[in-house]
Amino acid sequence: MKNTFIGQPMERREDLRFLRGRGEYVDDVALPGLLHAAILRSSVAHGKIKSIDTSAALKRPGVHTVITAADMPGGPPIVPMRLQPLPEFKPFEQPAIAHEKVRYVGEPIAVVLAATAAQAEDAFDAIEVEIEELPAVADWTVAQRNNSVLFDKQGTNRSMVFESRKGDADAAFASAPYVRKERLRTGRHYGLTMEPRGVMATWDAAKGMLTIYGAAKVPFFNRRILSAQIGLPVEQIEMIENDVGGGYGARGEFYPEDFLIPFAARHTGRPVKWIEDRRENLIAMNHAREEEAILEVACARDGTILAIRGEVHTDMGAYMRTNGAVGARNVSQFMAGPYRVPHVKIDSSLWMTNKTPVGTYRGPGRFEANFFLERMIDMIAEELRIDRIDMRRRNLITAKEQPYPIATVQPTNAVDEYDSGHYPETLERALQEIDWPRVSKLQGKLVDGKYHGIGVVCFIEGGAAGPKETARLEVNGDGTISLYLGTSSVGQGVETIFAQIAADALEVSIERIRHVHHGSTAYVSDGYGAYHSRSTVMGGSAVLDAANNFLAALREAGAKRLGCDANAVTLDEDKLTGGGKSVPLREFAGLTQEGVFLNKKHTYSYGSHVAHITVDPKLGRIEIIDYVVVQDVGRAINPLTVKGQMIGSLVQGLGGAVLEDLKYDENGQILTGSLADYLLPLASDFPNLRGVVLDKYPSPINPLGAKGAGEGGIIAAGGCMANAVANALSSLGVQPRQLPLSPAYIWELLQQAGRKAAE
Amino acid sequence: MGWRMTTKFEVNGKPVSVNVEPRMTLADCLRHELRLTGTHVGCEHGVCGACTVLVDGEAVRACLMLAVQAEGAKVVTVEGLSNDADLTPLQKSFRKHHALQCGFCTPGFITTAHALLTEEPDCDADRVREVLSGNICRCTGYIGIVEAVLDARAAYKK
Repeated sequence: MKNTFIGQPMERREDLRFLRGRGEYVDDVALPGLLHAAILRSSVAHGKIKSIDTSAALKRPGVHTVITAADMPGGPPIVPMRLQPLPEFKPFEQPAIAHEKVRYVGEPIAVVLAATAAQAEDAFDAIEVEIEELPAVADWTVAQRNNSVLFDKQGTNRSMVFESRKGDADAAFASAPYVRKERLRTGRHYGLTMEPRGVMATWDAAKGMLTIYGAAKVPFFNRRILSAQIGLPVEQIEMIENDVGGGYGARGEFYPEDFLIPFAARHTGRPVKWIEDRRENLIAMNHAREEEAILEVACARDGTILAIRGEVHTDMGAYMRTNGAVGARNVSQFMAGPYRVPHVKIDSSLWMTNKTPVGTYRGPGRFEANFFLERMIDMIAEELRIDRIDMRRRNLITAKEQPYPIATVQPTNAVDEYDSGHYPETLERALQEIDWPRVSKLQGKLVDGKYHGIGVVCFIEGGAAGPKETARLEVNGDGTISLYLGTSSVGQGVETIFAQIAADALEVSIERIRHVHHGSTAYVSDGYGAYHSRSTVMGGSAVLDAANNFLAALREAGAKRLGCDANAVTLDEDKLTGGGKSVPLREFAGLTQEGVFLNKKHTYSYGSHVAHITVDPKLGRIEIIDYVVVQDVGRAINPLTVKGQMIGSLVQGLGGAVLEDLKYDENGQILTGSLADYLLPLASDFPNLRGVVLDKYPSPINPLGAKGAGEGGIIAAGGCMANAVANALSSLGVQPRQLPLSPAYIWELLQQAGRKAAE
Repeated sequence: MGWRMTTKFEVNGKPVSVNVEPRMTLADCLRHELRLTGTHVGCEHGVCGACTVLVDGEAVRACLMLAVQAEGAKVVTVEGLSNDADLTPLQKSFRKHHALQCGFCTPGFITTAHALLTEEPDCDADRVREVLSGNICRCTGYIGIVEAVLDARAAYKK
């Protein structure tokens, strides 16, 4: 191969527009005749809708129309699940607008269309909504009592139990020399994107064409949902992906608004735009994470893990959303993480509550599983008086055991295995990076009024969800080449990465790949999008296939023009050469070939986190002295952006570890309804973070050898920080059992420890 | 439609006159009246800093200021800190240090960093972190942003 763009830390082509303020996000697009939508949302967590009167609102200045469920003959359509769409979930799916009942604060009740967004919002107080309040189900412990049920016909608040099984856990427990049981929980977070969501839709009645702007993540799938809901064939719906201000799993899923705004455009015949405000975003975008585990680990006296058993309970919020089951599913399948565990039995229950519904947030279920198990390993090592790092070394999966089978999940019969890697290697590298012989001496030491602690954890990250991805290459009129992809950008730098892969495959300069188009439904025949750390692996492998087909087609076309055999034709930057002659590439303008990559397996990148922190016992405040993430990603296409994913996801994880928590009161009212209440990491919070990218063990399941690598920083951050706190405060017997590690929680733990010592 | 006021100010060196409702924020005015969409709106309550612009040289949250309050002021947005020919030294430094991913918060960081470096070209890492802590980035984890701003200091030294 002539080129080696793959593996180079290349500056991103996207940056040229973003840095100048020339990105085009959905709210930057303006159309003549636009109506602005504002959505009246329920202020009641649980209740029966008695009446909605919009007549006074229609008389307000600028108001054009108010849409409610009554405008939808046969009732509002349901938003169907995209992942794990099991029949058992059907009754728990969300209607696109509240109908008969409201089930969370933030549920859409009416859509006001007006000349300006401000006028649309002004009309809210003229809409009379009468709701008969019902007792709110505020968390899973209330939900399981079934005294108040969200879905009357179901009679239970539990929508599903995922059962994860490997070996015979009960038998292993029966004969185990040592068992530890703990109850642990994580906070409620969400993939807060800096750009709130937005949808703009236009309806061209003459052409019968519905155009949606603001599509992201999974536009092809969302087009199929909308097609079924609105009764138009997919060919009459175009989804346009604009620049996307962050994804993290939450953005780009099909939400109620993704029906309501296109419906409004068709209903009025006018272009309609809705841009979410931040308060809406906090109660309307998918929540995630709030899980509680009651877990048992069985071990030999030397720390060899024999079996894991237990239950996990997820607070699902009010409806099963498109990808809402993923976190609860993953936590059961990946509870054993990167460790060799022969027997696993986890029951993961999904509880419907009167809160904003749950979807995925980067590292769904994995962040939680990592916190649960890694916390337990440290507690077990302490009790068995063995070294916690040696215990990890003893149990980490080695290269010779790969591919390593993991637990199977029912009822989806999800059989899976890890693909490649020598997991102890990243642990040793992380210890070396942090200078373990030096920092280990500080463990538990009180220096200048602060306790020093070290957290050490290991993790696994899944990626590359199938079934398929599509790419297309085309010759432009000026002799450059355009690349079109079925996958999407959520800001991760795919335009640069795919240009690197295409330029290497075609053996041309990277500038020759003039445009990289992605996300919109018009570019390729099919696409699956950006989730599960899949874009690079799936999209990149599809680019390789497209390049092969494209080169073959060029050779064939070139052979005719050059009068030689197709095998003798080569692409030579801006021309085709063969038989001693050449013809400019621009003369083949319009020549295009698609390629696909089909895949049923997953990639598993892996790594380790080591954190050196201090805890101020007076303030309960944590400070990070040094933090190292080491991750083997199989093959790093662009080390600059891989590292960006690593550090970026780490800081999100640290947010979940110490700051972020969506709090509700017992009536289902959100208490963290602004960015002054829902705390996000700032530039001054975590200055000392380092990432090391390894690519020693390529994935055998794709031609690039790459593995999904967008979540490595976030997955292990909660476990690592909690273990570091426990280590710092080990002389006081403090064991954190929940996240976030807020100053208030740490202070409370210290008070408890003090009381215990006094007794 | 409520009553409107005519307000005159300067944006990126050019005089502008807008006739807007007094309740319109400067951010909405820049974006929707003047079509300068580089200024982004992320929270509308003054926490995220995405809408930061320079008003008479000072970094200001355009979502917390009314357009009519800009009367007579000199406003500079990210577009005013950019040119067609090439990236500026600050922008080049952001690109080199991978200080942006989705790009939504980026204009606010560019304007904030520009104001800081113009006033304090010798600022240290702690000062950069302190000033940038008024802007939220959800993608990068800030490490690259701080490095980029520190690396761009040389271009601001007289």
